[in-house]
Amino acid sequence: MAVSDERISARRRRRAGGQRGGLPAGTSRTAGYFFVAIYVVLLLALGVAPAVYAIALALSTSGGVGVSHFVDTFNFFEFLPAFEHIAEFEGIWLASQTVFVVLLALMVHTLKRRVSTAFRLIFYLPGAMAGSASAIIWLFMFTPSGSPFAFILHGLHYQVLSNTVQPSNLPIVFAIMAFFTGAGGWIVIMYGALNNIPDELIEAAEIDGSSALQTAVRIKIPLIRKWIVYMLVLSFAAGSQLFVEPQILGVATNGQVPAQWSPNQLAYYLAFQQDSFNNAAAVSVDLLVIGLLVAVLLVWRGRLFEVE
Amino acid sequence: MLARRYIYRVIGLLVLLLFVAFFGVPLLWLLLAPTKTDYQLAHQAPLAFGSLGTFIHTFNRVINYQGGLMLTWLKNSAIYSGGGTALALLAAIPAGYGLALTQFIGRRTLLAVTLVVMIMPATALVMPLFLEASAVNLVGTAWAVILPFAFFPFGVYLAYIYFSSTIPKDLLAAARIDGAGEWGVFLHVALPLARPIVALVAFFAFVGDWTNYYLPFVMTYTNSEYPVTVGLQILIGSAPIFSPTASGYAGSEIYRPDLAMATLIGALPILIIFLFAQRTLVKGMLAGATKG
Repeated sequence: MAVSDERISARRRRRAGGQRGGLPAGTSRTAGYFFVAIYVVLLLALGVAPAVYAIALALSTSGGVGVSHFVDTFNFFEFLPAFEHIAEFEGIWLASQTVFVVLLALMVHTLKRRVSTAFRLIFYLPGAMAGSASAIIWLFMFTPSGSPFAFILHGLHYQVLSNTVQPSNLPIVFAIMAFFTGAGGWIVIMYGALNNIPDELIEAAEIDGSSALQTAVRIKIPLIRKWIVYMLVLSFAAGSQLFVEPQILGVATNGQVPAQWSPNQLAYYLAFQQDSFNNAAAVSVDLLVIGLLVAVLLVWRGRLFEVE
Repeated sequence: MLARRYIYRVIGLLVLLLFVAFFGVPLLWLLLAPTKTDYQLAHQAPLAFGSLGTFIHTFNRVINYQGGLMLTWLKNSAIYSGGGTALALLAAIPAGYGLALTQFIGRRTLLAVTLVVMIMPATALVMPLFLEASAVNLVGTAWAVILPFAFFPFGVYLAYIYFSSTIPKDLLAAARIDGAGEWGVFLHVALPLARPIVALVAFFAFVGDWTNYYLPFVMTYTNSEYPVTVGLQILIGSAPIFSPTASGYAGSEIYRPDLAMATLIGALPILIIFLFAQRTLVKGMLAGATKG
């Protein structure tokens, strides 16, 4: 009995040693659990448990288990518009962010290092204003009296804030706010990715007579493609959760921006104004599924995160 | 040919300057707005400088608003972000080490789950977290904000990448042969080498926690519990310019320069961190690429 046990553990040890990333002899088998313990507890309590609990709440009906909360919330007259708002916002934001971030990163990359550092700093500093700060700043920027951009707003015949933030403008308004705080970080990242392209590659192309534009389109952009995809996917996931900007604008315009403009606002409204945790859970499960799908897709199909 | 190239350069420079204006002017305005009175703000050129005296006066108004509410909010922000970041480090650094340099059943699964949760926007979990917190009566306590901040899978991923690519396994093996236990190896060999990653994870955690709005907005109920991000919304509600009904009692009104000053004060810690951390940010965000 003792002999066979020993043989099994010897085999296990060999197998472990044979794996890629195998460990040197003398490593404890159980130490790993010890190191990840706190994190696993947090993961279960604050990642898995809330998700499971939200699903359970969304599925529990007066008659047992069912999808009636999903059906009910779907039939709310604010439900589809909220998702339409988000779709329109994401379309405008993602398209403009992709074009401008790539363009600016390429342009900054052609500058002398010291000059480009100054540009990158200006582009990414607004990131410090993420959240309610950016929403408040743009509240002022969008108010025709006193805004540094007043000449544009007056050109559009806007006289007061409520003209600028009229319902049809809101997706663009939020796209501008999101671009203001988010684009700089991505420009810095794209710039870093461009720096990782070997100089010889660019020089060879130039010797072959490639113009700056050709080099950018044929060599640089394909080589930073995975970062562009990464930016698109992460931004899409984050954008679907829009909350703070419409919330702040709603407060500042006395409700001209409705409190159920985005799906997350709708979930909040259901929980706090309607006291319906089950319906709030149903909407947040809808949103959770979107986030989860995007994440799983990126991890499984994208090659960005080579785990081992 | 040369002329055309010259024209391209000029166009390129103009485009760059246009975006410098887009990103820079709002920040510049934010710095200048508190130097002016509310009347000046509405009637002077938007980027005109008022006076230093007005700036100091506005600062004092904001700090003393309702008996120092702004300081309470800043203190709350510091407690939530500081506590959340400390706990996030406590969990993430050993976890990254464990995932990178030890072997255990379920390791690959844990790594995959970490990646998925890391990419999922944290906002998606706020409502479910609130429902959970209210089920266990945590809403309205600091823990309802700090604990969700402590769960920081991106930090685990960064630590994992760092430990698996920079710490030589032979070094750890040598320490073990010298008789150090697993905990000792981590504490005395790996951790001293991990200072850069501790700084990096702390940076991302703290910035994310400080600027977070939705989670504390849902989890806190009263003025004395709000962090500064949520407090700013209260100020808008007290500004007659945006909320005409918010006249309130004398001295409680918030004017536009006050609001700008409060925004500036609230963002100042992050602005300072950002000014010194651009390189850190790139390193962290490119971590995936260097590994891949």
